[in-house]
Amino acid sequence: MANLRDIRRRIKSVKNTAQITRAMQLVAAAKMKKAQDQALAGRQYADQLNQVLVNLKENVDEESHPLLERREGEKTLTLIISTDKGLCGGLNTNLLKLVRTEETEETTYATVGKKLRIQIEKTGNENIADFVIQDPVPFSEARPIAKFLTEQFLEGNYDKIKVCFTNFVSTLTQEPYCSQLLPIQADKLAEKRAYEGVGKDEVKDTDHAAALSKDYEFEPSPEVVLDTLLPQYLNFQIYQMILESRASEHSARMVSMKAATDNANNMIDDLTLDYNKLRQAAITSELLEITTAMKAME
Amino acid sequence: MSLQLEIVTPEKKIFSDTVSDVYLPGVDGEMGILELHAALVTALAPGELRYLKDGTVHELAIGSGFAEVTQEKVSVLTDSAFGDDDIDEAAEEKAVARAENKLVEVTGKDAEEAAYLQDVIATSQARLLLKRKRR
Repeated sequence: MANLRDIRRRIKSVKNTAQITRAMQLVAAAKMKKAQDQALAGRQYADQLNQVLVNLKENVDEESHPLLERREGEKTLTLIISTDKGLCGGLNTNLLKLVRTEETEETTYATVGKKLRIQIEKTGNENIADFVIQDPVPFSEARPIAKFLTEQFLEGNYDKIKVCFTNFVSTLTQEPYCSQLLPIQADKLAEKRAYEGVGKDEVKDTDHAAALSKDYEFEPSPEVVLDTLLPQYLNFQIYQMILESRASEHSARMVSMKAATDNANNMIDDLTLDYNKLRQAAITSELLEITTAMKAME
Repeated sequence: MSLQLEIVTPEKKIFSDTVSDVYLPGVDGEMGILELHAALVTALAPGELRYLKDGTVHELAIGSGFAEVTQEKVSVLTDSAFGDDDIDEAAEEKAVARAENKLVEVTGKDAEEAAYLQDVIATSQARLLLKRKRR
C-alpha cells in the first residue's frame, strides 16, 4: 500500500480533475440547451418547406431540373460533419465507423470539424475541402458549403453527394447518419427524414393529404419557384444537419463529463477511505511502539 | 374574417396569429391576400411585408423566400424577418456598402455569387427603407 503522502497527493489531483470535468459539464449543459432549441426551431421550417416542395413536384417535370438529375456513375463526395473538440464520448468514433462502412473506392471527402478531418487525412483519404463553423451556428454559414457541394455536383466532378452527421435523438442518444444530398430524391421529399425529429426507422409521410387535394397556383411559374426553392432547400438541409450535429456534440459532452465527474468523486471516496485506514494503522502502530517502549523501561 | 399568418425563418418562428389581410412582396410585385384566397405558392423578393391586425398596419422587412397561401392560412418562409425595432440602421448601411464592394469584384466572374450579393443588398435596403419610413 502506498504511503500517506502519496495518497494525499492523489486525492488532491483527482479533486482537481473533478473540478475541471464539472466545469466542462456545466458549460456543455448551457450550450446544449441552446443547440437543442436551435435544432428544434429549424424543424418547423423544414415541415413547411417540405409541404411546398411536395405540392410543387406534382406540377413540374421532375427530371427537368439539373439538381434532380440521376447519374449512372458512382463517384461520391461525402461531407462529414464532426466536432472541433474531443471529450464527447464515442460521438466521432461512431460517426467514423459509419463513414467507413459507406466508403467505396470512388469516395472523396470534405469535412466540417477538426476531429474527423485529422482522421481522414491520416488514413490517406482525399479531403478536398474543410469548413470551419462558429458556435452557435448562423444560417449564413451553411450557404458556402451548400454552394461548394452544388458546384461540385453540377460540374460533373461527382455523381452523388452524401452527408454524414450525428443525428440528435435525445440528450442520451445520438446516432450517426448518412444521407444523400444530391441529386435530390424527389420521391423522398414527402418523407420526414431522421434529422427532422423522428427516429431512423420510423420514416413517415408528412401530413399532406389535405394539401394535395388543393389545386395550387404558382406565381410567377412552377419552374421559377422550383429554381429558387431548390438551392434554398439545400442550404437549409446543410444548416439543419450542422445544428443536429452540434446538439449531439454538446449533449454527448455533457453526458460524458458528468460520468467523468461521478467517477472522480467515487475515486476520491475510495482514496479517502484508504487514507483514513492507513492513518489509523499508523496511529495504532505508534501507540504500540510507545507502550512497548514504556514496558521496556520498567 | 380570419386569416392565419405564419412567418418562419430557419432560425425561429417569427410570427403566428390571425390577421385580417396580408400584403406580400412577390417577385413580380406586391400582392394582397385576403381570406378565402385561392391556393397559391409564390416566390418572394426581399421587401416589405404588411399585415392588418385589429385595424392597425404592422410592417416587417423580409428577405427572399416563399409563401404558401391557402384559404385560411398564409405561411411565409423567409431567410430573415425584422420588425422596425430590430433593425440597426448603421449596421445595415455597412452591410450594403460591403456587399456592393464585393459585388464589383465578382461581377462577370461568378454569376451565382453576384446574384446572392444582390439579394443581400436588396434585403438590407428593404430593412433601411422600413426604418426610414417610420421616422
